[in-house]
Amino acid sequence: MVAKQDGSARLLKLLSTGEQDLAAQWITQVSAGLAGRISRAELDRELNELFTALVEALRAGGQDAHGEELSELRALLTELSRNRARQGFTPSETALSVFALKHVLEPVLEGGTKDDVLAYLRLSRLLDDLGLFTIETYTRAREEIIAAQADQLLELSTPVVKLWDGVIAVPLVGTLDSARTQVVMEKLLQALVDTGSEQAIIDITGVPAVDTQVAQHLLKTIVAARLMGAECTVSGIRPQIAQTIVALGIEFGDIVTKASLADALQLALKKAGVEMISPAGGRR
Amino acid sequence: MTERVPILRIGEVLLVSIQVDLDDQTVMNLQEDLAEQIVARSARGVVIDITAVEIVDSFVGRMLATIAAISRMLDAETVVVGMRPAVAITLVELGLSLGGVRTALDLEKGLALLGRSNAGRA
Repeated sequence: MVAKQDGSARLLKLLSTGEQDLAAQWITQVSAGLAGRISRAELDRELNELFTALVEALRAGGQDAHGEELSELRALLTELSRNRARQGFTPSETALSVFALKHVLEPVLEGGTKDDVLAYLRLSRLLDDLGLFTIETYTRAREEIIAAQADQLLELSTPVVKLWDGVIAVPLVGTLDSARTQVVMEKLLQALVDTGSEQAIIDITGVPAVDTQVAQHLLKTIVAARLMGAECTVSGIRPQIAQTIVALGIEFGDIVTKASLADALQLALKKAGVEMISPAGGRR
Repeated sequence: MTERVPILRIGEVLLVSIQVDLDDQTVMNLQEDLAEQIVARSARGVVIDITAVEIVDSFVGRMLATIAAISRMLDAETVVVGMRPAVAITLVELGLSLGGVRTALDLEKGLALLGRSNAGRA
């Protein structure tokens, strides 16, 4: 225990030797690595806070990067990593903030005693752990961002629009997979209930390719809508897609398919009992 | 004593509104009662309202198909109304497409559907 205290004291001494100087050098080094993409003042504040927290932690006898004493330092690092991840910095640039302190401390070794070297090594191990912690946090923040974006995309890409009283449409854009189809299916069915529509049009103009799985998903959605008492029309089938569907031997059975959304709307309106009359008086 | 699902008459149509959890015995009773009522009241249509049903299994799915088949034998058409999206998805996942059953979004549309098809028949 005494040895540990001793080690901490030495680390502390190492850092305290020209404290202001060290911090300033550290900041310079980090800002050079970040190529001016973050303002000097902000960096100043961040790193000074880190430095103070580190000194405080060592004063409290902290030696272990996952220990109690370093919790405040870790909180600061977490915030830093998250900010860097959001601002689009690379992992190396993020970890640099921690590792640069090691570089700055190197000159202290020259002419230092054996104890100084030992203290430096111990500190460097601590900084290594903290650096890894930074990268881990950075990665986690990135993953959270990606997951959030995927969710948003799922939400954005499946609007249900009301075309007419009793007619709704789902314009599908992008590749259909199981997760998306599930969302589309639920949204469409809920929209049928909410709007009391008996006609639904699924427009697949924006779907780049249809394979057996996508067709299966579409069929399921249509059968579910039928169970609820609504009729579905599939529209926007491009020539190549029609060829693929036939080549794959997919049977759409008695499900009505139309080449364009306009045709599907016309059919849906007719089924909904809406009659269209042109201003000239002739029927369409 | 198992609960019995009430069967109401509106003109020539029998209305079955399912408000309770369906266990097997209730379903069997309903099938029996309904068949009797269709004959006794010479009904031309049956509306099964499942708005309140939140959970279905394959047994309930089959019940709907069976009731529709029985009614058709007795010259009454069956319309299932008010199916919730979650129920519809479950039935599709179970592979039950209820081929012979007609469906409508709500009771009003179901009655209108029966009215139209009866008018067509008369």
